[in-house]
Amino acid sequence: MGIFQMTKTVLRNLAGGPATRRYPAVPARTSSLTRGHIVFDPATCRSCSLCVKRCPCEAIRLDKEAKVWEIDRMRCIACGDCVEGCPFGSLTMEQSYHPPVTEHVVERYTITYVKPERPAKKPAEESTKEEGVGESA
Amino acid sequence: MPERIIVPFGPQHPVLPEPIHLDLVLEDEKVVEAIPSIGYIHRGLERLVQKREYTEYVYVAERICGICSFIHALCYSQGVEHIMKVEVPDRARYLRTIWSECSRIHSHLLWLGLFADGMGFENLFMRSWQLRESVLDVLEDTTGGRVIQGTCKVGGVRRDIGQEKLDEMHRTLDPFEQQCRDLGDVFLNDDTVKYRLKGLGVITKDEAYDLGAAGPTARGSGVAMDHRETGYAAYGDLGFKPVVETTGDCYARCAVRVKEVYASIDLIRRAIEEMPEGPIDVKVKGTPDGEYFSRAEQPRGEVIHYLKGDGSKHLARARIRTPTLANIPPLVKMLPGIQLADVPVVVLSIDPCIGCMER
Repeated sequence: MGIFQMTKTVLRNLAGGPATRRYPAVPARTSSLTRGHIVFDPATCRSCSLCVKRCPCEAIRLDKEAKVWEIDRMRCIACGDCVEGCPFGSLTMEQSYHPPVTEHVVERYTITYVKPERPAKKPAEESTKEEGVGESA
Repeated sequence: MPERIIVPFGPQHPVLPEPIHLDLVLEDEKVVEAIPSIGYIHRGLERLVQKREYTEYVYVAERICGICSFIHALCYSQGVEHIMKVEVPDRARYLRTIWSECSRIHSHLLWLGLFADGMGFENLFMRSWQLRESVLDVLEDTTGGRVIQGTCKVGGVRRDIGQEKLDEMHRTLDPFEQQCRDLGDVFLNDDTVKYRLKGLGVITKDEAYDLGAAGPTARGSGVAMDHRETGYAAYGDLGFKPVVETTGDCYARCAVRVKEVYASIDLIRRAIEEMPEGPIDVKVKGTPDGEYFSRAEQPRGEVIHYLKGDGSKHLARARIRTPTLANIPPLVKMLPGIQLADVPVVVLSIDPCIGCMER
């Protein structure tokens, strides 16, 4: 019976229908953990630059003065280190893959986060703040 | 004496997913000598260790190969952990074992498919890859990546698998094993497959040992060498016996891989059952200073990461010896004496992973 080993599988496959799906008409299978691409929220970023430090492939750049956050999608390996490291939740991992591109473009975002106004400071706090500024200068 | 001609095989060839070149010296249709040449896809990843921090290099190590990616990351992390004297938590060791075995299963199923394709058995190829897809789905559900998992890091793992998912994996193992056994039976018992593979590309036990064969190539010839026996990650707790065949032909190497799939399923089952509770990583402080030979068992054989740190955050040197490189001399020994039409099957039987080999 050595030549009929495959018969059972073939018959089952005939009855079972296709194992593949009609992508892209039917979206690809993803899970909640799938690392697709990184999404940046300019409204919550406080320019701490932790993502820049954590990125292993130097895909993220941040200009604190100009308030510009950049990501080079062609360098990004979607490891998710920046998402794990972001203390303000400005970075999230989206499940879908980034669409293919035909030219090398660096995505730029202008950070729109505005520091909320603090309540009137007490005199003691103000004096320590001034000292700190003096040291750094 | 018939005239000798040289036929180039590769670097681009339908059975080769990656480029390797062989000059086949033929007498009529019979191979008398094979001269390999490598170096088509060297990427300089070892040098990159001096440019990336030792914690970041895990991502590079993982991208050395697209199939055994997790085990490269595991081997590198183990090396750095040993240099820095970091003790990895138990749960992380078990999780590493589960992911290692998942990648072994998907690698072997991929190879079985390619091998069936090399033999000309299209249907079997489709079926193997269909099964492989379910392993990739599990990997995606647990790590977030299908082939580049990105979960191993120095000091442990980055993600945990919840108890619910572990239970679900445990439940699906039995039907999956049955499907694998149906598939394996075709490779092991089908007459057409046997006619094609038996007695082809024979390498004896002594030759395999002397030429430094690794992994299923060595085990197919009766050399019981499997690095998992030394008990790295959680293999020491789970216990492991290498799968060995003795005939040393293509059929034996195929049989080793088929049976290793069953062995891996069994290891995953026991790892899930014995999964300890606890943290999944420890905080790593300081920089590596020292050197270590880290070894792990990949689907294709034993991989060695030699790592040397000089106290800075960049390692000073990394040297990676991958199993395919070790299996090229046995391949050159297997080829003389066979027919030209059998060359693709014999070349595939060592499971060449050129991306690994040239780094």
